[in-house]
Amino acid sequence: MKPFTYERPSTPALAASAAQQTPGAKFIAGGTNLLDLMKLQIETPVHLIDINRLGLDGIETTPEGGLQVGALVRNTDLAANQTVRRDYPLLSRALLAGASGQLRNKATTAGNVLQRTRCPYFYDTNLPCNKRAPDSGCSALQGSSRSLAVIGGSNACIATYPGDMAVALRALDATINTVRADGTVRNIPIADFYRLPGKTPHLENALEPAELVTSVTLPKPVGGTHIYHKVRDRASYAFALVSVAAIVRKDGTGRVALGGVAPMPWRIETAEAELPNGARAVISRLMADASPTHENGYKVTLAERTLDAVLTEAKEAGQ
Amino acid sequence: MNASSKHVDGDRMAAGCNAAEDNLKITRRNLLKLAGMGVATIAGGSVPISSMSAEAPPTGAATAVPASKVMLHVNGAQREISVDTRTTLLDALREHMHLTGTKKGCDHGQCGACTVIVDGRRINSCLTLAVMHQGSYVITIEGLGTPARLHPMQAAFIKHDGFQCGYCTPGQVCSAVAVLDEIKAGIPSHVSTDLLASPRPTNMEMRERMSGNICRCGAYSNIAEAMTEVAGGQA
Repeated sequence: MKPFTYERPSTPALAASAAQQTPGAKFIAGGTNLLDLMKLQIETPVHLIDINRLGLDGIETTPEGGLQVGALVRNTDLAANQTVRRDYPLLSRALLAGASGQLRNKATTAGNVLQRTRCPYFYDTNLPCNKRAPDSGCSALQGSSRSLAVIGGSNACIATYPGDMAVALRALDATINTVRADGTVRNIPIADFYRLPGKTPHLENALEPAELVTSVTLPKPVGGTHIYHKVRDRASYAFALVSVAAIVRKDGTGRVALGGVAPMPWRIETAEAELPNGARAVISRLMADASPTHENGYKVTLAERTLDAVLTEAKEAGQ
Repeated sequence: MNASSKHVDGDRMAAGCNAAEDNLKITRRNLLKLAGMGVATIAGGSVPISSMSAEAPPTGAATAVPASKVMLHVNGAQREISVDTRTTLLDALREHMHLTGTKKGCDHGQCGACTVIVDGRRINSCLTLAVMHQGSYVITIEGLGTPARLHPMQAAFIKHDGFQCGYCTPGQVCSAVAVLDEIKAGIPSHVSTDLLASPRPTNMEMRERMSGNICRCGAYSNIAEAMTEVAGGQA
């Protein structure tokens, strides 16, 4: 790791202001993604702002009947929360499908949302990567791309968003709440939060410099059968090749978001009108613009089959 | 697992480095550590042992790096150390407190060899900084049991052959102890069929919950059996 200074501010506004005052500073919460990247000098902050003791670790109901989840609520605690298990089982399931027990104990809600979209070449500092070193080139396009994005990528980057939790948050229409250095707050719908790589794959979300995520809000619960189905190379502790987050009502309507296929959680609301017509109809809409590489075309088929399994399970659960 | 209990006098070596004065118990493990630090003059006794501390800055360091004082409660004892801000909790335990039971495997949170229990929860000590843990309560393998008084999980690992080479074992044991607590606390897992029911300590639950601890000797099934026994045999 490169040397860095360290501070532990006492309020979210002070944290954001500290970040603005020190160019090259980063917030650290769980640290499970950031420290991993710092050890490889992929991330090289000159100053770390420890936000673990800002008191942003509560889970509270909102006046609208939803749930406000503090930025520092650990993944384990969010997955185990009784209200989440009862009213947002999709979120519990997605969290429990991700990482390992040790990592979930440390990783936070905001940190999970903000984990880097990444690929093996992003980690390999001997090879070009536009995300790690802008305009250096993309090694994945002609390289090993079996696990990478089939849709939403660009000529500059085809890294896949690796998380599970945010795929559920996308299906649940969550909002990301922030505070900026001047003390003003923003509420960003998750549909507007992640950015596709285009020509600037190093920019992954809508946050401004020094903007701090303070909480994530879930709207009131969505009725129906909640299913998170993750397909991966091993049964546990692996990234998704494809994942499906779905909420299916008895009449066959519902919502679908995909993980493992794009540089961000992948949902197209208009495709959901096809849900009563089956998985093929939905996936052909969701994947209409897919441009797989020579190695990852299987993901389009796998997404359809996974959604088909999910719809079958939902039908059985609804009877 | 408790290095001091393996203490042998090692008269010949102790005489050479004036061990009495420096209150240093020469053990096989300590000797290897010192040798690993390139201390060629140990037999001559010309280098004060205190200057060999891992806390001393490396010779030739160009500029001072940011340092910080941290107080931790480790295995029931209060420990205050001064660390480079980059020091992970793992390195603080091993290099500053000489608690070498906790192992460094991948150093990237993938293998689980560094698992310790912090404030009641298992975490990868390689993926967190010591300075982030001011006031934290840490339990390492040295704090779970001793050769004379094994923790029930350690005894069960021995009984069920839950290891071969032993390198991942401290992390496996710390993780296993915490997993049973997580099940008792009602925390569900990926394989829990009913999210609203209390999870049970089944073999499938053990396997899923232990997936963050890799064992290249492949002792997995025996580890799950050891855990099941400690959990009360509810397989």
